[in-house]
Amino acid sequence: MSSAASVLPAPAPSSVTPVPVAPLSKKSLTADHPTWCPGCGDFAVLASFYRVLEKLQYPHEKIVTFAGIGCSSRFPYFVNTHGGHFIHGRSLPFAAGISLGSDDLHVFVFGGDGDGFSIGGNHLVHTARKNVRLTYVIMDNSVYGLTKKQTSPTSPVGFKTKTDPTGAIDQPINPMRTLLNSGATFVARTHATQVNHMVEMMLRAAKHDGFSVVEILSECVEFYEGAFDAAVPRKGGKWATIEEKKNDGTPEDALRHDPRDEVAAFKLALQPWPGVFGVFYENNERKTKNALEAELSAKARERTKGAGDLALLQATFAKLR
Amino acid sequence: MVSPTPPESTGGVASPQGSPRSIHDVVIRLAGNSQDGIQSVGGFLARLAGRSDQDIMTYMTIPSTISGGPSIFQVRMGTGDILSAGDRADMLVAFYQHSYDAHLSSLRPGGVLIYDSDHVKPDPADNRFTAVGVPITTGTVEAVGGTAKDKGKNIYTLGLIARIFDLDVGKLTALIKERFGGKNEDIVRNAMLAFDAGYAWPQNNLRDLFYRFSAIDRPNLSTGRPQVTLDGNSAIAYGLIAAGVRHGAGYPITPWSSIMETLRAELPKYGGLFVQCEDEIAAVSTALGFSYTGRLAITGSSGPGLSLKMEALGWAVMAEMPLIVVNVQRGGPSTGMPTNVEQSDLMQAIYGSHGDAPRVVLAPKNVEDCFYIAIEAARIAREYSTPVLILTDMGLSSRIEAFDEPDLPNLLVSPEPDLSERPTDFKPYPLDRVTRHAPAGARLASGKYPTVTGLEHDEMGHPTGSPKLHQQMTAKRREKLKALAAALPAPELTGDSTGEVLIVTWGSNWGPAREALVRIRKAGVKAGHMHLRHVHPLPNGLEQTFGRFEKVVVAELNDEGVYGFGQFAMMLRARYAMPRIVSVTKTDGLTFKVSEIVAGVAGHIENPALHASVGAASHSALAVPAA
Repeated sequence: MSSAASVLPAPAPSSVTPVPVAPLSKKSLTADHPTWCPGCGDFAVLASFYRVLEKLQYPHEKIVTFAGIGCSSRFPYFVNTHGGHFIHGRSLPFAAGISLGSDDLHVFVFGGDGDGFSIGGNHLVHTARKNVRLTYVIMDNSVYGLTKKQTSPTSPVGFKTKTDPTGAIDQPINPMRTLLNSGATFVARTHATQVNHMVEMMLRAAKHDGFSVVEILSECVEFYEGAFDAAVPRKGGKWATIEEKKNDGTPEDALRHDPRDEVAAFKLALQPWPGVFGVFYENNERKTKNALEAELSAKARERTKGAGDLALLQATFAKLR
Repeated sequence: MVSPTPPESTGGVASPQGSPRSIHDVVIRLAGNSQDGIQSVGGFLARLAGRSDQDIMTYMTIPSTISGGPSIFQVRMGTGDILSAGDRADMLVAFYQHSYDAHLSSLRPGGVLIYDSDHVKPDPADNRFTAVGVPITTGTVEAVGGTAKDKGKNIYTLGLIARIFDLDVGKLTALIKERFGGKNEDIVRNAMLAFDAGYAWPQNNLRDLFYRFSAIDRPNLSTGRPQVTLDGNSAIAYGLIAAGVRHGAGYPITPWSSIMETLRAELPKYGGLFVQCEDEIAAVSTALGFSYTGRLAITGSSGPGLSLKMEALGWAVMAEMPLIVVNVQRGGPSTGMPTNVEQSDLMQAIYGSHGDAPRVVLAPKNVEDCFYIAIEAARIAREYSTPVLILTDMGLSSRIEAFDEPDLPNLLVSPEPDLSERPTDFKPYPLDRVTRHAPAGARLASGKYPTVTGLEHDEMGHPTGSPKLHQQMTAKRREKLKALAAALPAPELTGDSTGEVLIVTWGSNWGPAREALVRIRKAGVKAGHMHLRHVHPLPNGLEQTFGRFEKVVVAELNDEGVYGFGQFAMMLRARYAMPRIVSVTKTDGLTFKVSEIVAGVAGHIENPALHASVGAASHSALAVPAA
């Protein structure tokens, strides 16, 4: 079949001007102006993410920012990296394809509570179970904002929305418990009003070799004002962070949390609202799917003595004669 | 060990009289239970044909239950091109009473009934067939002995068939050894004992019923490469590998699963990867993720699974992401008839999803074409940066055919993602050219990185609410398919180029339609057959061909619908607005019989000779001539 060149010619190669590689900065990482409402918690998440990338200094072209659908899922338009915006709830399997297809990319997925825990709930469980190497940031506002105030999977019982005018009746998801139960190997929780903590959590998540998840309580000022005030000291709330074990042999260290301890992590997850913030769980032992698949491929190539594509396919057809 | 030449006649009660009778082709139906291994008999015959001059086509039904239950395997082998699995059987091998009861009606008058005399009591008054009782079970038990019980009945039967049809024992023996050679020696020995016993039985017990396929004469057809024997799903999987597709994702569903099983095992050897996902939506999403990194990926499913992928397919159209989607059609809707054949996903493949979402749909015509269409799908997906659907079906998926080994050195491609730096004026979605993505990992000289999105977007991929841009981008996505249509080769046209009737088919109906054409023309009707592999977009210029026939009869395996036309016929009528386009459909879950297409065509044209030929019963070529 001939090319359709006469109608729609493919782009002609043009000369490439080499551009010196400058360090990543907020300036080079900024793209479209955010479409969020003034006062939205997501602005702080975006600012923190720029800082995370500035600290990591990955090669610019190796960073991928992806998202599903929702207010927070607009995120990739505001970050100047490779990236995009997939369909509602399915950003994790898409990102798994990116991560497994190209192991040298740094894959960040952003989304909200509806995207992650409701329509995409199944994918969250299985991406965690498979331990695909990528970082997932869930900007949880406990409400459907883009569609203007319906009950979300993390809306508390009694919260009045357009779909529950007399107050939500269904028990909400406990994100930490769900993530631990699904087998995520890095589980952390933070708050959009705590920028330094947010940067630290995202940084540790990015450096984790496996499926890392950070839940960020990020207020929707339009449809659920004050949702997370219980954890904001200047609003009279209590900001309680997880103190991690230092293994310094001191008596107080015995009381600190060991993030490798899954049972202890569950206990933290079950603390009453607003709960605690920090790294609940971190497992650096379990192999990633990326590594396991690479091992399978290496073994297969060992068995076939590294035969080239043509030799492999010819050998297959020889057996079909 | 098998004796390549059977023992000389012992002068027993019956021995072959005269030389074997010459036949052109034969349809053998083996009916038993799914655990009897009758599929492997079919497999042996198919591979034997692949190594001989005979052509072959098989047809199989498997129960949709997990194990057990009646099962049949039908094989048609013969001289020259075998285009369909055959309408009725010339020989029925019935292992059980229920096999006899259920399948006797599939036997042609004058055909040969072979029944296991240990299990089957045929109707003694039925003299339409030549009935031969063979103690298949006791013969196998006596030959193999030990604890094997009646395991090996299938190989005993293979021996029986080999003797009756004078098949190449040396080649069959080699195949049996290859098949069982990996297992322990006892298994090979038992198989050969069962084969020898089956082979010896006709020699000592049959007076007649010996046949030989007529000599082949097709010097110009062969490519000089050896024949290979495989099923349609394998052909698709290996075609994708030849096309350089190294990544994919899927979810199990019958009859698609064997494609993903093959790719899961094969792709790691090629440095690739096939992921089994948690559901159909995750599978198409993961495949799109692979494609986004510049590695064209494949996903697939069967009818209901394709429905689940529709939203993501809409995204692939909007984002112009290359992707291959295989749909192995089965009877629907819903779980429907999961192990039967139907072509009822055509509209879903072309028009499913939301919004204006034009995409490419191809359909292979036979097993060999499954291989080549996979290569073509990959080429189109890359060249036009578009999702391409391959619509195959349950019939093709499990059918075994022999064909010339593909010219692998000239076909194989192994493209790497193009991660070269993109120039400063790079735009992923230029309005005046085909989209070429900069995959993740490629540097952008401008320092401005593109986004891929399901939102309507500008030339850089950023969202836009501009009414003008939506209109322009919608046109861009449509125009590239029109460009493809203009570049497509003219479809295959056989028979008369003008006349009373043109049969039009797509997908696996190619073979039966070709045979139907021969019969229709024999009845004196001026007729042609057009077969379309590219079902969307259609190649240009079809209306000129349609205009040269009084009637255009579209034969397809789906329902005539509320308006009286099958799905493809409906599309052709909408496209060409020609009232002469009419429809022949059926939904019994089985492939078209040649006679059904002939009858369907006869129903649409006034031709007494053709009408007369429809009812005529055809006698089996195996019939013993009257004394």
